[in-house]
Amino acid sequence: MTIRFRLVAQAVAVLIAIIAIVLIPSVIELFAMMQLTLFAAMAVLALSLAFIWGFGGILSFGQTAFFGLGGYAYAISAINFQDSTPSILLAIIIPSLFAAILGYFIFFGRISDVYLGVITLTVTLILFNCVNSTSGDEYRIGKALLGGFNGIPAVPTFNVPFYPDQILSPEQSWWVTGGTLLGTFLLLRLLLSLPAGRVIVAVRENEVRASLLGYDPRKVKLLTFVLSGAIAGLAGALYVNWGAFVGPTIFSLSLSAEIIIWITVGGLGTLLGPIVGCVLIEYIVAYIGSQQALNSNLVLGAVLVVFVLLLPKGLVPTARDLLMRLVPAPKPKAQLADEQLTPSVAASHMAGAE
Amino acid sequence: MAIYLIVALDVLNGISSLFLLCLGLAIIFGMMKIINLAHGEFIMLGAYATVISANAGVNIWIAMLVVAPLFVGLVGLVIERCLIRFLYGRLVDSMLATWGLSLLIIGIVTTIYGNTQQGVPTPLGGFSIGSYQSSYYTLFLAGMAVVMMAVVYGVMSYTRFGLIARATMQNPAMAATLGVNPARVYMSTFAVGAAITGLAGGLLAPVSGITPGMGGAYVAKAFMTVVGGGAAILSGTMSAASLFGAVNQVGAFFTTPVYGEVLVFTAAIVLIRLLPQGISGRFFKGNL
Repeated sequence: MTIRFRLVAQAVAVLIAIIAIVLIPSVIELFAMMQLTLFAAMAVLALSLAFIWGFGGILSFGQTAFFGLGGYAYAISAINFQDSTPSILLAIIIPSLFAAILGYFIFFGRISDVYLGVITLTVTLILFNCVNSTSGDEYRIGKALLGGFNGIPAVPTFNVPFYPDQILSPEQSWWVTGGTLLGTFLLLRLLLSLPAGRVIVAVRENEVRASLLGYDPRKVKLLTFVLSGAIAGLAGALYVNWGAFVGPTIFSLSLSAEIIIWITVGGLGTLLGPIVGCVLIEYIVAYIGSQQALNSNLVLGAVLVVFVLLLPKGLVPTARDLLMRLVPAPKPKAQLADEQLTPSVAASHMAGAE
Repeated sequence: MAIYLIVALDVLNGISSLFLLCLGLAIIFGMMKIINLAHGEFIMLGAYATVISANAGVNIWIAMLVVAPLFVGLVGLVIERCLIRFLYGRLVDSMLATWGLSLLIIGIVTTIYGNTQQGVPTPLGGFSIGSYQSSYYTLFLAGMAVVMMAVVYGVMSYTRFGLIARATMQNPAMAATLGVNPARVYMSTFAVGAAITGLAGGLLAPVSGITPGMGGAYVAKAFMTVVGGGAAILSGTMSAASLFGAVNQVGAFFTTPVYGEVLVFTAAIVLIRLLPQGISGRFFKGNL
């Protein structure tokens, strides 16, 4: 397996993904496509955490803070402007700014990872509590009533850029969401293969060594955090576009837990794994929701415990290892390339973790 | 005048319930460095044990002070044997597994008892100061906090078990050479932490609405208190609980309960930023 072969294989995979995204609306029915749109929006969220946790070594328990902020930013500005073009931008900018402020606090205070978990968790709870208590007419931003626990209904969905009266059809919405997912995936893949991406992984592997080589781990981590916040915010806008609704449960702890479960199931330290895990778990949750026989918490909890104990690497890396065993052992040079393309899964032990 | 007394009682109540809620977590985290994200669910189990046995005719005091800690202690023992013992030293994995555990426990309890609110009447009646009402149960909670503090301090400082436990936490290999079995010490420490958490759940059962998801409200508060308190189990937890409990109640008094909570969370973030080692890392170094 030479590098060239891998490049061709990757290009073919991307091509297949594009064709699949284009063709899906004409193959499956509307309901299934709407469900896929939701899964794709969630998968963008999964990518945002997969990036900082798997490659940056930062386990944020409050990724939904940025997701929710993105959703609310989109909803409020879409109601005010009646045009989704600036709203989507705001849904990216506001969570990034928030991530920058929060990240400055965390990383420049050299706060260790346990405390980081507590702080991100706490911030999510603050946002949940604040937004939850905004019921009443006095809480409004422009024309948008915040609505407290009831959330904001009837949010305008995406329109063709700069043409507010041309609302996207469900098919077009799917193309946008699926395309965003693929785009985010490729963007992160590209970033990680660039020198900047290597620095991010280097900081994860050994902060002291990276700083001795002249990189500032605090700055690298902050930028990683902000980028991931931006992606999560974008996912929030996609989510609101799907349901035309946003409520405070978007900040809930159970959603934060679900993102972490997606990544643990799919495989930490990969980008494909979290997408697989997300679609799989969301499908199971939706299926259980329609069944009423089993409680979804029970199943999710059991899945997470089983994976942590028995399959800590997750599905995709395990499957990849099995495949690699089938292929005859590659030459040392090819092995090196392989390692570079798929950074090691040692991410489960973050830099500085005990 | 009466209003100040009432606020003072509220603050006392906030501090003592927060301390009770955190003590079990502080023991498990402080001694074994296991982040138990199922802590809230241990509280919930304690509360359920109390409510269900009290409604089945058991005396409320026995249900609260005996049944709840025994039941949750046993649950903790089983969980340590089946799950936690594989995770010592794997900080992130322990967080993930206990988070999964917490969802699992919520799921099981919801399946058995349904997603409805349960409750028991508050024992000991009330008294009035001026035109305000308060209950003797508040004073009882404060008393229990003091008793628990004394018991934990006594056991840790003056008994053989406390000595062995502290030694094992400091240096498991050394303790093992001296003939102590670290696995057993970990097991019993975890069970004791769980039992204390169950007791807290039982004590809070009469004053809170009991649902399968109630733990979520406590776990974040308990965490920031323990982390804000730092490594020293008693002095750290007590000082952080006093700070956050007071901020919460005073904030709630002047604004709304929601902003009281927001104020606490903000205070916690600022505290961690200023004192990354927690309060006891700065002021009570080396204390218990």
